[in-house]
Amino acid sequence: MALLDIANLEASYGPVQALRGVSLSVAEGSIVALLGANGAGKTTVLKSISGVVVPERGSIVFAGAAISGLYPDRIVTAGISHVPEGRETFTARTVQENLTLGSWPRQDRGAIAADLDRVFELFPILRDRRTQRAGQLSGGQQQMLAISRALMARPKLMLLDEPSLGLAPLLVREIFAVIANLRQDGMTILLVEQNANMALEVADYGYIMETGRIVMEDRADVLRGNPTVQEFYLGIAGAAEAGPRRYKRRKQW
Amino acid sequence: MIRAIWRPACSIVLIEFLQQLVSGAAAGCVYAMVALGFVLIFKATGIVNFAQGELMMVGAFFGLTCVDIFHLPYWIGAILAVAAMAVFGMLLNRVLLRPLAGQSTLAIIMVTLGMSILLRASASVIWGPETVAFDSPFSRKSVTLAGLVLSQEHVAIIVATSLLVAGLFGFFRFTRIGIAMQATSENQLAAYYMGIPVRSIHALTWGIGAATAGIAGIMLAPVAFVHVNMGYLGLKAFPAAVLGGFGSIPGAIVGGLIIGIAESLAVLYLPEGFNNVAAYILLLLVLTLRPEGLFGVHTARRV
Repeated sequence: MALLDIANLEASYGPVQALRGVSLSVAEGSIVALLGANGAGKTTVLKSISGVVVPERGSIVFAGAAISGLYPDRIVTAGISHVPEGRETFTARTVQENLTLGSWPRQDRGAIAADLDRVFELFPILRDRRTQRAGQLSGGQQQMLAISRALMARPKLMLLDEPSLGLAPLLVREIFAVIANLRQDGMTILLVEQNANMALEVADYGYIMETGRIVMEDRADVLRGNPTVQEFYLGIAGAAEAGPRRYKRRKQW
Repeated sequence: MIRAIWRPACSIVLIEFLQQLVSGAAAGCVYAMVALGFVLIFKATGIVNFAQGELMMVGAFFGLTCVDIFHLPYWIGAILAVAAMAVFGMLLNRVLLRPLAGQSTLAIIMVTLGMSILLRASASVIWGPETVAFDSPFSRKSVTLAGLVLSQEHVAIIVATSLLVAGLFGFFRFTRIGIAMQATSENQLAAYYMGIPVRSIHALTWGIGAATAGIAGIMLAPVAFVHVNMGYLGLKAFPAAVLGGFGSIPGAIVGGLIIGIAESLAVLYLPEGFNNVAAYILLLLVLTLRPEGLFGVHTARRV
């Protein structure tokens, strides 16, 4: 039984249907990558899980309990933390206040202090800047803060939305190294990325979305070897070529 | 004040000025308290509550009911009335405003305007349209301070406002829930992601906003009497909030004080009638020179 099971999820923004029946599951202790172009519905899947978007149909089962349609605070308490796209730190609050706010659902003060130390070990730069306002951090540091803040809730499942967005290549490597580390510590992660290369490197399993549907799913190493994925998501030109060259290739799903 | 012995003419002018200053500051404190509730609710929920003045009026009537009708001791009655206002504010939020979440700003503004009319009408039905006196332990007493003769009521208003502001400052600065409230007002979506119960935070904000208005009403009642239309004073709290930079809490307090003092000095130094428009002239001046208000900030977001 997977930690998270989503079946036939449908959601829309007004008249625009964003999800047209998405099913996926995330096994405990694994990293699952959700890939796709802009507007494919990846972020909507995450928002539906965390309760910010209320899905119209379908079920979301987390650790054996249906959580679809619950309020976001209940879902965080259930053990899901969402690191949103664009980081969404509280820019006028200090780094430390941001982290404390991340531990909002918890009451165990001693353990919170210990977790704060752990987070500072993970990202030492945050310790140095703990009294500064989050708005004064660089983009990469804010991403570190956003991840740390989510960790402070001690989630069972982390939803990471485009953690590499707008970051320098070196920082992208650093963030992904942290993601791989988190998994070694037993964290389960659902990762949305446009940087398919990096995502499939750390992930165990991957789903590919297009216009609100899952069009392909497989183990990450199999996806990396798939010619269509290589051409359209990994940017390896001509990988899927066989026979006469076409001006624009058609996808094979 | 020793100079007063030698230069009586000068000191009378000075004392007159200082006394007018204190009574202006007292009026300004009332504006500030109403503006404060206004800004709190706006910052937390994004709702411009045009019924803030009416909440003050209801608070005054609650106080009157507790003390003059139920014959409770003044302080117990006042505290009870303020607590009742907090509950009343949360109730308004729950019944009228929460169902409107996600609707257009215009629809919500119409609802708060409608709420102000409803509150005035209901108050008129319940308590009658007469103007009622509501004495406090400070009524018709004065205190002499370094040669200044001040009304105890005015001093009480200034002291109460200072205590309230200090209390709110401590609450927002040091308590977990206060910090969560500020964070929610800064970035509501992120607050949802943190698991902060945003709807409870909104309810609490309405409670605090209405209680603040209630305190303003109870403090103002002995000075200005209690009547159904006392909520129109909210029309002065609105420029106070804008003057300070809409959405800034220190701005609301300073804005309220400036408007109260300007009005009061206008009585003394300007031709008759100017005191009624002083607030708005000042508002125009400030907005011309500093469109974001005294304490307003241009918010820039890094993406």
